[in-house]
Amino acid sequence: MALIDLANPSRFLALAGRILPWLTAATLLAFAFGLSQAVIAPDDYQQGATAKIMFIHVPAAWLGMFIWALMSVAALGTLVWRHPLADVAAKTAAPIGAAFTLQCLITGSLWGRPMWGTYWVWDGRLTSVLVLFLMYLGVIALWRTIEEPSRAARAAAVLTLVGAINLPIIKFSVDWWSTLHQPASVLRLGGPTIHPSILLPLIAMAIAFLLLFVTLHLAAMRNEIMRRRVRTLLMMQADAAAGR
Amino acid sequence: MNALAALMIRDMRLAVRLGGGALIGILFFLIVVTLVPFAIGPDLALLKRIGPAILWIGALLASLLALDRLIAADHEDGSLDLILTARVPLELTVAAKAIAHWLTTGLPLVVAAPLLGLLLNLDPKASGAVALTLLAGTPALTFIGLIGAALTVALRRGGLLLAVLVLPLTIPVLIFGVAASNAAIVGPLPFGTPFMILCALTLMTLVIGPFAAAVALRHGLE
Repeated sequence: MALIDLANPSRFLALAGRILPWLTAATLLAFAFGLSQAVIAPDDYQQGATAKIMFIHVPAAWLGMFIWALMSVAALGTLVWRHPLADVAAKTAAPIGAAFTLQCLITGSLWGRPMWGTYWVWDGRLTSVLVLFLMYLGVIALWRTIEEPSRAARAAAVLTLVGAINLPIIKFSVDWWSTLHQPASVLRLGGPTIHPSILLPLIAMAIAFLLLFVTLHLAAMRNEIMRRRVRTLLMMQADAAAGR
Repeated sequence: MNALAALMIRDMRLAVRLGGGALIGILFFLIVVTLVPFAIGPDLALLKRIGPAILWIGALLASLLALDRLIAADHEDGSLDLILTARVPLELTVAAKAIAHWLTTGLPLVVAAPLLGLLLNLDPKASGAVALTLLAGTPALTFIGLIGAALTVALRRGGLLLAVLVLPLTIPVLIFGVAASNAAIVGPLPFGTPFMILCALTLMTLVIGPFAAAVALRHGLE
């Protein structure tokens, strides 16, 4: 089957239905492997077992950024080709991205409490992840506010692309700002290299998280397509009842 | 070019003649600056230290409040449809509208800033620095706001959503605006570095804003 055939929502639904069980199984296996590796990974010589929160914190941060990039690609699909499947992909990715970003923030502040003595510091990274989270919420709010799906898709696509241009600038400004305000008070991870005994579980967990995202996203896209079909059917029914 | 000039003159006339025009923005700015000492106490030394930040936050909020009239008013009375079908490229039209909007809402804030600086115990040099950074930075706020205004134009209750969408994007402008003001007042940074970045941000939004707003309007209203 050529890739272009996937653009047909019905074909997409059929394929998603077929591969979702396999993806779910792969996700579970990846988590079983990654989590067990994370548990047996050696403790950090300074932070002890607390450093293990990294194995769910860092992949969530990566995914938070990756999902915005994915939404930007989908936004191009929406604006250039006006493809409904791109709309669906962008819409369903936003809440998942917001959830991963929130997870990153929560685990980060739980990690910060024993290490820095406070749940929150206005460090460059923390602040830019917080802004990323706010932008996710903005996109979701825009999706929710505009009733008609295709119009909402195009408005959200514009916002997503503007965000994609601005997020690196925000990141840069926030880093600049935080170095200006608090010079090197914050403990940085790792240094030049991470020891393989930590790196391997981290990569395993990153793969598990990526699989989890793909699974959730496919399932959410399938639900959204069905939701739209139900909406269309209801509208047709209402039209018929009105005698048109 | 004629059409753009006519549009700008029309927008500025409307802004000046309807609803108090620029004065309302300045009044809001004044009220925000008046409220801050009530919240943090009338400590002149503290006010002097955070004065530039207060002025910037006040200007940011004041320019935000005016945004919902930037395009929505034209949408309500139907002139936006004429603008959309006109032969002038929409990007230029919305840019002209944003410039007119800045001249009637942003520029008065810049002019008022040194006066309000007196209330915050800023010396003339500091007030001048804040006014200069506002002059360079408020166009960026307007042009970022233009995108939000275009996205929310057809919504019934777009005002709050507009703020939610626009404010995160204004963070860099706020950072470098306040940093440049502080650099001029207390150092240790040279004033030029953050100020140049602030100007660069403004120039960039001047390009991105009209294009994104035009795309949003074309797609949003068909």
